[in-house]
Amino acid sequence: MKNRKLLSLLLPMAAITGFILFSACKSNEPSNNNNDTTATTTPTTDGGAGLKLPAGFNAAVIADKLGGTREIAVTPQGDIYVKLSRPKNGKGILFLHQEGDKATVKTGFGTFGGTGVYVKNGYLYASSDEEVFRFKLNAQNEVINPAQPEKIVTGLLSRREHEAKAITLDNDGNLYVNIGAYSNACQVEDRKKGSPGQKGCPILDSAGGIWQFKADKLNQHYGDGVRYATGLRNVVGFDWNQQNNQLFVMQHGRDQLHDLFPQYFDTKQSAILPAECMYAIKKGDNAGWPYMYYDQEQHKKLLMPEYGGDGKKEGGQDAIDPVVAFPGHLAPNGLLFYTGSQFPEKYKNGAFIAFHGSWNRAPEPQAGYFVVFQPFKDGKPAGQWEVFADGFAGTAAQTASGRAEHRPCGLAQGPDGSLYVTDDNQGTIYKISYKK
Amino acid sequence: MDFKKAPLLVAAVILFTNSLQAQTKHRAKTPVRHTAVHLKASIAAGQKVFAQYCVSCHQVDGLGVPHMNPPLAKTTYVLGDKTKLIKIVLNGFNEDVEINGETYSNSMASHDFLKDQEIADVLTYVRNSFGNKAPAITPAQVKTVRANNKK
Repeated sequence: MKNRKLLSLLLPMAAITGFILFSACKSNEPSNNNNDTTATTTPTTDGGAGLKLPAGFNAAVIADKLGGTREIAVTPQGDIYVKLSRPKNGKGILFLHQEGDKATVKTGFGTFGGTGVYVKNGYLYASSDEEVFRFKLNAQNEVINPAQPEKIVTGLLSRREHEAKAITLDNDGNLYVNIGAYSNACQVEDRKKGSPGQKGCPILDSAGGIWQFKADKLNQHYGDGVRYATGLRNVVGFDWNQQNNQLFVMQHGRDQLHDLFPQYFDTKQSAILPAECMYAIKKGDNAGWPYMYYDQEQHKKLLMPEYGGDGKKEGGQDAIDPVVAFPGHLAPNGLLFYTGSQFPEKYKNGAFIAFHGSWNRAPEPQAGYFVVFQPFKDGKPAGQWEVFADGFAGTAAQTASGRAEHRPCGLAQGPDGSLYVTDDNQGTIYKISYKK
Repeated sequence: MDFKKAPLLVAAVILFTNSLQAQTKHRAKTPVRHTAVHLKASIAAGQKVFAQYCVSCHQVDGLGVPHMNPPLAKTTYVLGDKTKLIKIVLNGFNEDVEINGETYSNSMASHDFLKDQEIADVLTYVRNSFGNKAPAITPAQVKTVRANNKK
């Protein structure tokens, strides 16, 4: 009996000692997440509004507590349209007027929630999760008749997963709509362990890609559109590159490699894989989902485990390569090519990407909740990406737990070259400017 | 050394020591003690099931992800009717759900491949974590619900 008591004291002591030694060794190991730190510089200057920015930049909160502010458009007059994920007081689009470093809500309209908003050629385009509308603008880019939008596209699939219909336009009268796949990896039973990938994934007929419609034709359905690119699981951030007249998209990569395939992926690998990919899209391109994913550490297209992959076998032979591969699960929700002249020369024609921040890294620390800059040259990515604006989440602990205060979502460029960032968690709009 | 883990270690020591003592006293066949030990064992086993199948969506703190994955803390879905809760694990969950004014839309897959014991343990863990306190769920209850389960 005595021995037993002694043992009950000694055992936990031994366990603690072991744990301390184990932890100490572990913390000396080089980080597995090399790709999380490939950023060439990390902004450390207090840029105002709680953000860390490169030297010379400053940020202001020009509006807050607006609701679930998703994408944003700024008119040549400096007025702001922002889309709410869900209508607030029956209004799904807010119109704000700026004075100094403050923007005030002037009106709200559009009864639908959603994500997309875009101003082009005298119209405001806005999307719900099933439809795209447009509102005619006057010479001051104000909506003439907020109660009567024209319906441009209707009847798009929305099945509660990747339902946001992001929109953008080119210079030739075309509207591009993301129709996200209502699935993680096209399993017979979505996200169920052991359920195989569907052969000839039927989702791709009507989702999992970018569709092109006419920007000025009313009541278009699937049949009126063109499946411009396929094999894209879900895209929220995309933009038309004006330098080489091409669509660039940011894909949200698949979730749950460890949950579904613990035999091939540990929690650390699952936290950073697969890559969140930037693709330069040409009409007819296939980015490979659900049959492959991109591993940014092996720099390879690999066979999706639902289709026989094991984390090593290559796949996606008919799929295009990404032009940039970011670490997994960071959730790129905004992409903007910067064409302004206010920021220093290196930013011109480069890409800003708003990362909404991860959730699928648990139990590993979450990451993201920042705006990244990817330099471009002649319409192609050139050089290493860097974190441009950080600190949206709050403390390091808030980032790690995923309990972020603010989550970057939409991006827009103002007429003076300032950068606007929305946060759809607390409904904040940031304006980032550069002063020499 | 991560000093944040120190309180956890202390807690682990206390739990461990207590459980040894509880085992010793278990011979006295006090029914209350027996249940408490049982509950503790089920919660510990359930935590492992949670770590493998649930944590990536519902998160370490059980608070879920805004708009997507619902929280497990202090909701009637978790603390209320046991049969409904067991059915969520068996059949998955494919409806928009509103909890405390926030909607959640991600689908949950069926987890009917888990054993009765595993489902009982993970639900007992969830019902006694994240600030929750509710009676355990037993493998027998899971077995009954599974037998009568209409999808």
